[in-house]
Amino acid sequence: MKVTMTVNGQTRTGEAEGRTLLSTFLRETLGLTGTHVGCDTSQCGACVVHVDGKDVKSCTMFAAECEGTEVATIEGQAAPDGTLNKIQQAFQDYHGLQCGFCTPGMVMSAAALLRDNPTPTEAEVREYLEGNICRCTGYHNIVRAILAASGQEVPAVAAE
Amino acid sequence: MPKDGGIGASSKRREDVRFLTGDGNYTDDINVNGQTYAWFVRSDVAHGTINGIDTSAAEAMDGVLKVFTSADFESAGGIPCGWQVTDRHGQPMQEPKHPILAEGKVRHVGDPVACVVAETLEQARDAAEAVELDIDELEPVLDMKAALADGAPKVHDELTSNLCYDWGFVEENKEAVDEAIKSAAHVVTLELTNNRLVANPMEPRVAVADYNRATGDYTLYTTSQNPHVIRLLMGAFVLSIPEHKLRVVAPDVGGGFGSKIYHYAEEAFVTHASKVVNRPVKWTSTRSEAFISDAHGRDHKTKIELALDENHMFTAVRTDTYANMGAYLSTFAPSIPTWLHGTLMAGNYKTPVVYVNVKAVFTNTTPVDAYRGAGRPEATYQLERVIDKAARELGVDPAELRRKNFIKPEEFPYDTPVAVTYDTGNYHATLDKALEMTDYAGFEKRAEESKARGKLRGYGLAHFIEACGIAPSNLVGQLGARAGLYESASVRVNATGGITVMTGSHSHGQGHETSFAQVVADMIGIDENMIEIEHGDTANTPMGMGTYGSRSIAVGGSAMVRATEKIINKAKKIAAHLMEASESDIELKDGQFSVAGTDKSVAWGDVTLAAYVPHNYPLEEIEPGLEETAFYDPSNFTYPSGAYVCEVEVDPETGKVEVLGFTAADDFGNVINPMIVEGQVHGGVAQGIGQAMLENCVYDENGQLLSASYMDYTMPRADDMPMFDVDHSCQTPCTHNPLGVKGCGEAGAIGSPPAVVNAVIDALHRGGFTNVEHIDMPVTPARVWAAMNS
Repeated sequence: MKVTMTVNGQTRTGEAEGRTLLSTFLRETLGLTGTHVGCDTSQCGACVVHVDGKDVKSCTMFAAECEGTEVATIEGQAAPDGTLNKIQQAFQDYHGLQCGFCTPGMVMSAAALLRDNPTPTEAEVREYLEGNICRCTGYHNIVRAILAASGQEVPAVAAE
Repeated sequence: MPKDGGIGASSKRREDVRFLTGDGNYTDDINVNGQTYAWFVRSDVAHGTINGIDTSAAEAMDGVLKVFTSADFESAGGIPCGWQVTDRHGQPMQEPKHPILAEGKVRHVGDPVACVVAETLEQARDAAEAVELDIDELEPVLDMKAALADGAPKVHDELTSNLCYDWGFVEENKEAVDEAIKSAAHVVTLELTNNRLVANPMEPRVAVADYNRATGDYTLYTTSQNPHVIRLLMGAFVLSIPEHKLRVVAPDVGGGFGSKIYHYAEEAFVTHASKVVNRPVKWTSTRSEAFISDAHGRDHKTKIELALDENHMFTAVRTDTYANMGAYLSTFAPSIPTWLHGTLMAGNYKTPVVYVNVKAVFTNTTPVDAYRGAGRPEATYQLERVIDKAARELGVDPAELRRKNFIKPEEFPYDTPVAVTYDTGNYHATLDKALEMTDYAGFEKRAEESKARGKLRGYGLAHFIEACGIAPSNLVGQLGARAGLYESASVRVNATGGITVMTGSHSHGQGHETSFAQVVADMIGIDENMIEIEHGDTANTPMGMGTYGSRSIAVGGSAMVRATEKIINKAKKIAAHLMEASESDIELKDGQFSVAGTDKSVAWGDVTLAAYVPHNYPLEEIEPGLEETAFYDPSNFTYPSGAYVCEVEVDPETGKVEVLGFTAADDFGNVINPMIVEGQVHGGVAQGIGQAMLENCVYDENGQLLSASYMDYTMPRADDMPMFDVDHSCQTPCTHNPLGVKGCGEAGAIGSPPAVVNAVIDALHRGGFTNVEHIDMPVTPARVWAAMNS
């Protein structure tokens, strides 16, 4: 079947089977490989995107379910000239990523958190990220990056 | 003052930009024109005889190009093992064949038996369901001690038993150790398990192979920490493809932690299959497959005895370890419980004699190999646990017991009784730092506060040493390594002064593209942004051994320094010519070559331009161009060390443990990028806390892995972790590499598990549960509660 959705502000149409997941559709059909797939049990959160403004694991939706929706992915987060948005910049400034594989999902989850809760506590950040697994950072600098992106005071990046 | 560039600066990572914008290029992002898809049919039983494989129904299905079985690999070799251990009696280990697809028997759940190659992934997957396996199930061998009993079923029928090797180290010290233990004033004994773990980098493994029939060239894109090693092992030992016809590319790789070092059957499969079907072939692991096909880590059972004299000085250590190899020998598996474990059993201490016995055992489980730390966490865990137990039994302060047995700062270089020589260290300094950072003196007051809230507070200390940058190659060759352990770098200076460094090291999260550039920038005195780091492609990097064992900056960084030194030496000759001065008078500072004692100078860019536009150039003395390669083979390991402290609260009602704080005081020698170093420690500590509290592989009696998904295997999540307090200000630079660096990648995972468990035991003793001597990892609420109520 043909599925049409608005992805990062552009109308995109592609073929999908009934069983095609949104994550597969984005990666394989639309070539938006920034959305990553790290598991097959909807646990890791590397595939988080926004559908009609809500953060979802794109492996938990069929592409066909997203007909007519507005989808936002990591590719649409920076300005067209490549300037990072506030959350992305905080992740770089606070070393909130290492291998980068979980990062798209982390950034998309963080954006949803800060939209609903502009100044979260550390505990609220950690709780919100329960569905996003990172194996590299121990979460320390991800949490700091999100707190910094929310405009809260966070100490400098490294003891020097 | 923070530096704004070069060595010692927390330069922001340049690689972050592509990862933050979705522009990374991971292996699964690579699609080759005309590609087909592979789906493996894996054994769902742990042990069995293959009577037959009926592929006819699958082969008749839409889109199926071919269904492969072991018959299609008769001319291929087995997956090779890269390290041959020699046993106590001078005999080589037992080394069974590891076929690409199972031959005759299946030996673990997940063992690949057949593979479908089809036009689409869905077609391959559907057809795989139609492959009929006729397997007679055999009794599986799971428990290591039972596997060694007379009459136990054999994992490999052609071997004499399930014993891979029985290794003793140092064999000549055995009698002295036995004697010291017999005559000791105190002997403290502990039996413990180092739990089996799955590395779980967030990116599952992927392999895409593309054979070009016109040229006979193969290209393999794969999720590897060491593409040259894969090219060598697969080309030379498995598929007989000469290296000049085989290009291996490991592009952006989403974490490794050891599990992406090894040459896996799936890589050889897609490479061979691409030629057979004459199309590119892609395989992407699911997470469920990763749990049963990525090499696991740890899985040791150990009895350790620590002997002390009447003054509480350690007089001997004796250990008896069973190490699980799984069903086949993964690439470096035999070296982990031996040379990466036994050589660390002196720890930070002056124990005069040590004897380590290791029996490596085949079982019907997924192969086990290096996982972050690899052998060194196992060594540290047993030693630091038994020392804590000794302190408790003797009624002395655990910090003081360690301190009095430490090698003293003035005693370096120090020859241990386990064959290694520590070049530098200051364990007193790191211990003092950790105690100061954690307000050790104020702990009793905090414990009282916890008690008032009905909680049991515990303080756990561990000190560790590790050996990184395993080398030199001639030594590791004597120890059984079938590879060298040098590293390489080529430094290519361009005409207008920009530099491309091609390194054999591989970055899969470590940030080499930033930190390696900092080193070269510092040496020449130019902006970091003038330097680009290339890695991961055998087509454009010199033969290198890749990244693992915290070796990249110590070995790969040193190769880069040597190559850059050659560049600078040649550039000085050119500068001398341009300024009509003597070469010995030329100085390089801040990117300017000057003649000592004069105001004459030429800029870096003037010299590089002269090298490539050699109009005014000493052509009779030196060649044009500015490009140099170096291979660096270290003379010794490096020995990072540190003191780690974990503070916990245990709920005596439920057994739930909460980590209140975790502190790491490390000595990594000199540090290139403090921000990156601290990030490495954070990640390592999180994995160590994960091992200590959450993660575990559980097999049932049939050999089914029960913890085979993120629903069942407890990965540390954000709300499981505290903020970490890390410090690397205690620095005793390495004396035998040019940067004075030691490596930081694994430290966190090595020092943290004993700190956590020591803290839990301390909390229980303070709460009056003085009969609890030990709880095996992971210290789950159920285990803690059971220990309190036993």
